[in-house]
Amino acid sequence: MLVSRLFLALAVVALAVAPAVAQGPAGDDKPRSGGEMVYVVPSDAPSYDAHREETFGVIHPLAPFYNTLLRTDPSDRTGVKVAPSLAESWTISRDGRTYTLKLRKGVKFHDGSEFTSKDAKASYDKIVFPPPGVASDRKGEYIDIEAIQAPDPYTLVFNLKHPSGSFLNSLASPWNWIYKADILAKDMRWYETHVMGTGPFTFVEHVRGSHFVGKKNPGYWDRGKPYLDGFRAIIMKDSAAQVAAVRSERAFIQFRGFSPAERDTLVQALGKKITVQESAWNCAILVAMNHEKKPLDDRRVRKALTLALDRYEGSKALSRIAIVKDVSGVQVPGTPFATPPAELEKLAGYGRDIEKNRAEARRLLKEAGAENLSLTYKNRGVPMPYEPLAVWLIDNWRKVGVNVRQEVVEAVNIYAVLRGGDFEIASDFQCGYTVDPDLDLYKFQSKELNAANFSRYTDKVLDDLYQKQGQAAGVEERKKLVREFERRLLDEEVHYLYTLQWYRIVPHNARVRGWTITPSHYLNQQLDTVWLAE
Amino acid sequence: MALDRPLEDVVALADLTPERSVKDGVVDFVRHRPLGAIGAAVVLLNILAGVFAGVLAPYDPVATDYAAMLSRPSLAHWLGTDAFGRDVLSRILYGARTAMLVGFAVALVGATVGAVIGVTSAYFGGRIDLAIQRVMDIFLSFPLIILALAMVSILGTGLVNVIVAIMIPLIPRASLVTRSSALAIREMPYVDAARAAGYRHRRIILRHMLPNVMAPYLIMLTAFLGQAILLEASLSFLGLGVAEPTPAWGLMLRGAAVQFAETAPWMAVFPGLAISLAVFAFNLFGDSLRDALDPRLRTQ
Repeated sequence: MLVSRLFLALAVVALAVAPAVAQGPAGDDKPRSGGEMVYVVPSDAPSYDAHREETFGVIHPLAPFYNTLLRTDPSDRTGVKVAPSLAESWTISRDGRTYTLKLRKGVKFHDGSEFTSKDAKASYDKIVFPPPGVASDRKGEYIDIEAIQAPDPYTLVFNLKHPSGSFLNSLASPWNWIYKADILAKDMRWYETHVMGTGPFTFVEHVRGSHFVGKKNPGYWDRGKPYLDGFRAIIMKDSAAQVAAVRSERAFIQFRGFSPAERDTLVQALGKKITVQESAWNCAILVAMNHEKKPLDDRRVRKALTLALDRYEGSKALSRIAIVKDVSGVQVPGTPFATPPAELEKLAGYGRDIEKNRAEARRLLKEAGAENLSLTYKNRGVPMPYEPLAVWLIDNWRKVGVNVRQEVVEAVNIYAVLRGGDFEIASDFQCGYTVDPDLDLYKFQSKELNAANFSRYTDKVLDDLYQKQGQAAGVEERKKLVREFERRLLDEEVHYLYTLQWYRIVPHNARVRGWTITPSHYLNQQLDTVWLAE
Repeated sequence: MALDRPLEDVVALADLTPERSVKDGVVDFVRHRPLGAIGAAVVLLNILAGVFAGVLAPYDPVATDYAAMLSRPSLAHWLGTDAFGRDVLSRILYGARTAMLVGFAVALVGATVGAVIGVTSAYFGGRIDLAIQRVMDIFLSFPLIILALAMVSILGTGLVNVIVAIMIPLIPRASLVTRSSALAIREMPYVDAARAAGYRHRRIILRHMLPNVMAPYLIMLTAFLGQAILLEASLSFLGLGVAEPTPAWGLMLRGAAVQFAETAPWMAVFPGLAISLAVFAFNLFGDSLRDALDPRLRTQ
């Protein structure tokens, strides 16, 4: 476990050093209070409940209303340094199976009631042991939890089935907002349509498709914060309009990221008024292949679809026009558990000889009786980077005789489509809030264990490998198991297709201070440390 | 005789000038309405471009060529390439196919359904007319683009859905125009005669009244063609129309065309020109056609 953490620290360093940063955030001067932060969110929230959702469209406008037990340090560029939040300290038992958190006193919900361990337990019970009819997108991440106890109002204890090197990071998940226990007791789905937390801002309004407004929580437990009087999150799907909003200084920032061309446009137009922060991005676009639809139940067809992709050419070309860059396996390139390039090339669809790959794809399709295959690709209605990726994918598949039609589904509706299995192939993504195999791989466990497995398969071997890598004694053994997991997921069974790794570019108004980019666009969205310079 | 051969009689009633050949009519149209003739020629060119795109286009419109991405206009690519290295000229030619397909499908079906509803409404009159017209009024109270957006959000994106989404808001407009013409025709003696002869309503509407609203119908048809092309382009530009990689003019204006508007303006300029030219041509042709078919204007 110690070695695991050491490697995690190395990953942190790698992620911090790797990206080229044009200019860092200017945050040395003294924070100034006041002002309304206006920012752009490229998607609306499907619901208000982060426990069930997995889109930034929920995190970006709604995270300021909530707290988590732990958080990642908002000043840490690597996004893996765990810091206190509603839990002010923690201890881990010698056997690594018991985590005891001491909770902060004097924290109030926005309705004036006091936060206690009862609320923390109820929130985590909802995430880890959701009752029937309640979707928990991250249930699979917490399958190691045996029990959650609240022995007193300010102590919360997690008992694990076995030690887990990633558990502390899991408790800092930006998705695990703490809800009020009494409300959950009455209606477990209340938070899907209502907002009420302990966060630095209180909810004012949400006009669907237009904006969210929040105002400063005067009774916030972290005295002196937030610095802002309030915020306004404008929902703006079109990237040209987003750029125009930042360019005209109607909005200060769009936290998710812009394309290289958009960055250049803003830098050229605003000069010193713009600050650019860049980072590797722990995000990849996947293609979910519905195993419940024929002929995608045939692994030969799935393999043909991955073999058709010229990832290296795609990386070179698309990185010029979209927010994607590296060819990767199941881990961010350059991090300790990432597949070495030579090994990666052995996986189906990762070989350098594209003609050979495509010949094999055609042979497999013929063997499976799926020549002249026609499919519909349901794509998330967020233009960047989903649209350019779709063009690239469809063109690559066409080269092996697979005719694919794209159907764009509104971002707020795509999860209903994915969860309902109403698709043949669809865009999906794996975005982790921190780089760690446990967190990055749980999505690929069998559908019975994980609601976010949109390829809808059951693979006990994969589940077993997931468990084993999480409990591996040493780093080398864990690496071996992660490789084995990756080989089964992407090569032998081809349950999912990995396309390209994202690359995060956030050009923002130089007045925005106290916000640091990380490899995850889910982090640092509470806005409690953000302030506006004169 | 009027009851057995109504169409011929109607033509005879409507046009008392001696019968002329189609060729004479075309020559007359070109001579007296040169702008309309230019419009018709551009429309014809668009149709031919769409039909023969497979022969005319120098490249496959969906084939990417990353070595040639964002190339400026040259001998190899007359109108340059887009962000995926796709030939802009080829995509415009194939885009004409999408535009014409949407335009003609929407205009033909929309104007025809609208005309049938309008004539039926006028023929029956009374409560039926009142009910139909109030429903039409509801649709007419929304701007076209808003109604089309609403329809797309209900039906979803894709070529067929876009055709339906644009067609539905146009039906009430067609209905309104044909109804006003049909109200006058309803009072004509030959309609009374048809009723007296015991013909069924369907036969009277379809064989005796509809052919007599042909002039406004044709004018609407040409007007709808331009509107439908513009609406399809607008919806595609908003990401609600046809989806990539289908070549469509509106689609060519979005995404990378906006991102690279300053460094690769050809990506937006040429499809924009194609849309403008097509809509302008349909409007010119439609206006001239109206002038030619409207007896009041024709005598001037």
